Amino acid sequence: MAKITLAKGLNAGLRAAMEADPKVLIMGEDVGKLGGVFRITDGLQKDFGEERVIDTPLAESGILGTAVGLAMRGYRPVCEIQFDGFVYPAYDQIVSQVAKIHFRSQGKLKMPIVIRIPFGGGIGAVEHHSESPEAQFAHTPGLKVVACSNPVDGYWMIQQAIKCDDPVVFLEPKRQYHADKAELDESATPAPLFTSRVLREGTDVTLLTYGPMVKTCMRSAEAAAGEGKSIEVIDMRTLSPLDMGPVHESVRKTGRVVIAHEAHINLGMGSEIAARISEECFYSLEAPVIRVGSFDTPYPPSRIEEEYLPDLERVLDAVDRSLAF
Amino acid sequence: MNESKTDFGPGLGEVFGPSHADGGPDLVQLLTPEGERVEHPDFSFDLDDEAIKGLYRDMFLSRRIDTEATALQRHGELGIWAQMLGQEAAQIGSGRALRPQDFVFPTYREHGVAYCRDVDPLRLLGLFRGVDQGGWDPNENNFGLYTIVIGAQTLHAVGYAMGLQRDGVVGTGDSDRDAAVVAYFGDGASSQGDVNEAFIFAASYNSPVVFFCQNNQWAISEPIERQSRIPLYQRALGFGFPGVRVDGNDVLACYAVTQAALKRAHEGSGPTLVEAYTYRMGAHTTTDDPTRYRLSSDLERWKLKDPIARVKVYLTRNGIVDQHFFAELDDEAEKLGEHLRAGCKALPEPNILDIFDHVYAEQTDELAIQQAGYAAYLDTFEGSPAGGGH
Repeated sequence: MAKITLAKGLNAGLRAAMEADPKVLIMGEDVGKLGGVFRITDGLQKDFGEERVIDTPLAESGILGTAVGLAMRGYRPVCEIQFDGFVYPAYDQIVSQVAKIHFRSQGKLKMPIVIRIPFGGGIGAVEHHSESPEAQFAHTPGLKVVACSNPVDGYWMIQQAIKCDDPVVFLEPKRQYHADKAELDESATPAPLFTSRVLREGTDVTLLTYGPMVKTCMRSAEAAAGEGKSIEVIDMRTLSPLDMGPVHESVRKTGRVVIAHEAHINLGMGSEIAARISEECFYSLEAPVIRVGSFDTPYPPSRIEEEYLPDLERVLDAVDRSLAF
Repeated sequence: MNESKTDFGPGLGEVFGPSHADGGPDLVQLLTPEGERVEHPDFSFDLDDEAIKGLYRDMFLSRRIDTEATALQRHGELGIWAQMLGQEAAQIGSGRALRPQDFVFPTYREHGVAYCRDVDPLRLLGLFRGVDQGGWDPNENNFGLYTIVIGAQTLHAVGYAMGLQRDGVVGTGDSDRDAAVVAYFGDGASSQGDVNEAFIFAASYNSPVVFFCQNNQWAISEPIERQSRIPLYQRALGFGFPGVRVDGNDVLACYAVTQAALKRAHEGSGPTLVEAYTYRMGAHTTTDDPTRYRLSSDLERWKLKDPIARVKVYLTRNGIVDQHFFAELDDEAEKLGEHLRAGCKALPEPNILDIFDHVYAEQTDELAIQQAGYAAYLDTFEGSPAGGGH
């Protein structure tokens, strides 16, 4: 079995999806010859041609708007948004058209569009290159939103998202693209796309996270274990719909919850998750649900981003506060 | 209004030249407002008088759809209606130039084009009555759903055209096979980023699209000179494809120009911008009051260019039809009116419990729970119409 990075996993997943279905198209800025600024589509245009791997003009609304028309014609466009902060020019098409056409047409028009967005910070970039806009899409009925966190999930989840008949906002933690390698077994059967997953079992505190914070949270759990604290870590994976089953089960066991994400705390995914936990597990809770996230400020200059982004220490601090309550 | 100077910039005449009021020197016209047929070096109407009778009928009946719907709004049966009055030639001329395999992306005012695509006009009322958001199947009539966000559909049109290219149904030389897309929009939409991006994508990929802009001079209360400092058709040049200004009140010219633009698209020569120079004789919608921002003399001047009247003059003066033709058409229009009046009131009311069904193609547990929860809530009310029934 080959060991691959997240970038390679996504690339191999896209390749498999294109081989499986001739209607699958890739479109975006620099996705062709260059293979995308992160090389996620590396080599695909060479093998599948310019008609299927489409270098587009530099216009995000144009990319999503034409994807709508292609979907109406029976294609399955996979749109790459170059960086999280550049999705907003396409926001109108995503929210007012992509998300609503199935509803508006009473199911007559399907919108099997995948919107790939490299998200999150930690790469020392300039403004608009480090954002976490997931809540804005999860708040929109008609969209599904998922976030992968590791190479193997990248490989499977992108294929599952492409097969989905609904529009899927597919978030990729960009600082993980070329970070860690994992073994990919292409013969394995993946878990369904819209499911969360317990990554580490524990009994004292439930730690919920997704995307780039999964790695941070796993390290936090490890560090906590050294201090005799047993942390259960769940990779949420799907943000809309949320898969709360494993979460509720865990909370009933631990009674304490910390939710960690890079996005701003105010009205972030943590807020919704906390609300659902309080509705379903009220009598199991031993402490208030604690959210760990970015401050409610715009993303700062990159020299201080490591301080801005929640890290192992801030996650452990939240765990301690929960346990001390 | 045309000649007056505004406080914020030059008036229309100063922007577009003194001949602007008549459409300028490049206006393609094949039938004058007086009902005289004229020649044009580049475009000709190549059908017979029987076809002109048909176009007259189409315009007459589609105007009836529009006036009937306006009346239904006045009677409280529709929440709002976007009137087409005055734009019949632009819509019927372009709509009749379409082949069955072509696909239309409309705004919310394309009632005449919908008629050409055999969409039951009753279906158009649902959106305005508030019982649905588009009651027809776009793939049945190759007529997309009405799009309310201004200009958004022009990108969908280009995407669909890119799909046609990938399906190998462009430039095959087989006229029954070659397909194209018509994107309808207005002068106001020409300011939208999406329309400009649509131009760029279509030009870049040489996609089979006809951009059909009905310049009816007004975007609600904003006049065309607020949107553009050059005639709209000239913008096409900057994007790298041809633009044509056609008399939007001349059904023969609209047919001929659209046909030529579609031919270019079908054969793989890429996009064309058609600016149908017309006038919104009615209000923007039934909630609008144009007397607040435009002069009645303007409207009176455009009434003289009425798209239907000039064809009637042509047909009668040349002895092509007699009174019997018009009487029959009146009967047909009456029946159409009755169909709309009776049908509108009979449109089924939406049910709140149905709104959960089509948010997604693959329903989520979350929505299923909300739906069941609300049904159970309704059931707690004794005698509730939803109680027990779901």
